[in-house]
Amino acid sequence: MNLEFTQEELAFRDQVRAFIREKFPDDIRSKVDRGQTLTKEDHVRWQKILHEQGWAAPSWPVEWGGCDWTQTQKHIFAGELGAAGCPPVIAFGIKMVAPVIYTYGNEEQKKRFLPDILASNVWWCQGYSEPGAGSDLASLTTRAVRDGDHYVVNGVKAWTTQAQYADWIFCLVRTDPDVKKQRGISFLLIDMKTPGVSVHPVITMEGGHEVNETHFENVRVPAENLIGEENSGWTYAKYLLTHERTSNSIGSLRRSLSLVRQAAKKTKLGGSTLADDPDFSRRAAELEIDIQALEFLTLRILSTVEAGGSPGAKSSIIKLRGTEIGQAINRLMLTAAGYGAMAYYPKIEPGPGELTTHAAGVYFNNRKTTIYAGSSEVQRGIISKAELGL
Amino acid sequence: MDFTFTEEQELMRESVKKFAAKDYDFETRRKIVDSDAGFSRDMLTKFAELGWTSVPFSEEDGGFGGSAVDTMIVLEELAKGLVVEPYLSCIVFPGALLKRGNKALRAAHLPQLIETTKLYAVAYAEQDARFDVYHQQTRAEKDGDGFRLYGDKVAVFGGASADYLIVAARTSGAVGDARGITLFVVPSEDKGVQRLDHRTVDGLRMADVRFEGVSVPADAVVGEIDGGGPVLERAVDEATIALGAEAMGVMEVLYKTTVTYTKERVQFGHPISKFQTLQFRMADMYVAYEEAKSMVYMASMSVDSDQDVAKAASAMKVCVGKAGTRVGEEAIQLHGGMGMTEELAVSHFFKRMTMIGLQFGDVSHHLKRYQACCQD
Repeated sequence: MNLEFTQEELAFRDQVRAFIREKFPDDIRSKVDRGQTLTKEDHVRWQKILHEQGWAAPSWPVEWGGCDWTQTQKHIFAGELGAAGCPPVIAFGIKMVAPVIYTYGNEEQKKRFLPDILASNVWWCQGYSEPGAGSDLASLTTRAVRDGDHYVVNGVKAWTTQAQYADWIFCLVRTDPDVKKQRGISFLLIDMKTPGVSVHPVITMEGGHEVNETHFENVRVPAENLIGEENSGWTYAKYLLTHERTSNSIGSLRRSLSLVRQAAKKTKLGGSTLADDPDFSRRAAELEIDIQALEFLTLRILSTVEAGGSPGAKSSIIKLRGTEIGQAINRLMLTAAGYGAMAYYPKIEPGPGELTTHAAGVYFNNRKTTIYAGSSEVQRGIISKAELGL
Repeated sequence: MDFTFTEEQELMRESVKKFAAKDYDFETRRKIVDSDAGFSRDMLTKFAELGWTSVPFSEEDGGFGGSAVDTMIVLEELAKGLVVEPYLSCIVFPGALLKRGNKALRAAHLPQLIETTKLYAVAYAEQDARFDVYHQQTRAEKDGDGFRLYGDKVAVFGGASADYLIVAARTSGAVGDARGITLFVVPSEDKGVQRLDHRTVDGLRMADVRFEGVSVPADAVVGEIDGGGPVLERAVDEATIALGAEAMGVMEVLYKTTVTYTKERVQFGHPISKFQTLQFRMADMYVAYEEAKSMVYMASMSVDSDQDVAKAASAMKVCVGKAGTRVGEEAIQLHGGMGMTEELAVSHFFKRMTMIGLQFGDVSHHLKRYQACCQD
């Protein structure tokens, strides 16, 4: 057991840092730091820069464009990107549907979809939740009925983030209504331009348009767009959720906290600044320690994975704590902002461009993090069953 | 970075684990706790024979050349049996001071410490100092070639049975100064040493010690005259991290016992483990335990790589302190009335966890110290 990085790992870290220094656009960094919403163009520009370097999807198999890195290297890479304020990768393509395609798809599907996901040429969104199926995802009712060499899809998908920009959607659909609910679900890829698909915006409380309701009315989907076997979709969905939860947020948590501290240094208080206020600095120090605990827990889990083990339900701890800590940082930014948080500016606009301009918008928007991808309550359920045998 | 244990470390863990499970059952422990000394010299001798007491010391000093991670393993497993023999207080902590002494001093003391033929304890804490190691009112006045010690120490764990006390005293400077503290090895039977033994609420022994003009020769100084402050602070940090290893073992028992108990306890026609309110609370206990464990690993490794040890120790103690309170209090709550009784082991683990939360500084102290470390 030891803490030190090897010479090779240190050299790798320097390489990543040099790349970010050289290639990461300042205008995007500035938006990230101020909590402004990035445009699709911002995301695509950054993803293409990563793609040119061969770093768009480090976790993918090497033959499809992944990087032959150790878990430690992946940790360093994610940490450096997060710490530098690089936009997080839009998960739906690279982190969510791609692992399902390269794990369970056929060769034809891999060739057809993976290269465009890697190059950010095609954008994806996720059709999982429904108005009546949230945490109880397996109760979903969107129907896909086989009709010759097509499926006919009818139903409504809720919370489809970025459906307004997406070219494709991956959906969980019910193909057999007469068996145990987990058994009758299939994993289907649908072109958003297919007749009968319509996208209806849902505006969230901070005023942003991220999520939508996506409706399917007699949408005819070629049967070749089915991933794996009919009625095995639940297995693939669970696999995907584990992927989603092990994402490494340490670097970006540290950066968020450091921005809060910077904002506090600019906030006058008495003869000094808020940064010197004992209550503020205590809260910041506690969060810093929370981040460190999460970091070393993550490293322990990665070490298990490196040795060939499975992260198991421990990835639920990372999701649970990472989002709780992130929200606490957002809360502390509100404190740092004070009246500065009260004037409303749409998050898509720069506003006055202070670190605190969008403090409230970020705080409100990030309430989603403990709800999506398996709410904190779902994670506690997984932990109590899988780790504690309850 | 590497988070795996070596084969040797796994073997050592097994050996301590086996001892705690087989040779240290609850009844054995109860008898030992109620004995005059409050621990068993025979058990300590056994630890020496098994090689555990040599773990924290270099081969040059007659030790096994172990790391802080090795010490962590021993203490984690001892803690799971609530072993009261003072491995931390009489081996690790005084050892962390003595190994920083000169060659003659090390040769005079370390072999008998490792063999446990002589016992050592550290007298550094003072009533008015709270958890500040530099707050030393005990004075060492120059007397010919040597010194005379005057002052009062509290919370000297293992102090009543120790053959030697390592005493922090001020040789110059003001009460809170880092500079001006000197460490002395003092035979506890010397004239002028008065000891008052206490039993702690978690079954250990600690003493208050008064020094009334005790005479000590110049060669009893550990390290440099006036330079003992930083040595003491570092040794306290190492001991704090070692205490974190105990906390990790205690917390593991607390959460696992609670899971087992709720599966057996039937109310309203179901094992109470079936109730979601309880499941979520146990999930949170487990999460707190895993986070605390990660911080103990981090802090132990920081000692081995000599990186930011003070900051690591304080960050760890904050995390472990909070987790310990949560896990301990929830363990009692979920055991219900039975958790309140002396009969069940869980209450003893809770008491131990609570005292660990205070020893070497509580959450509040270490949070402030952590902030001070960040500003350096």
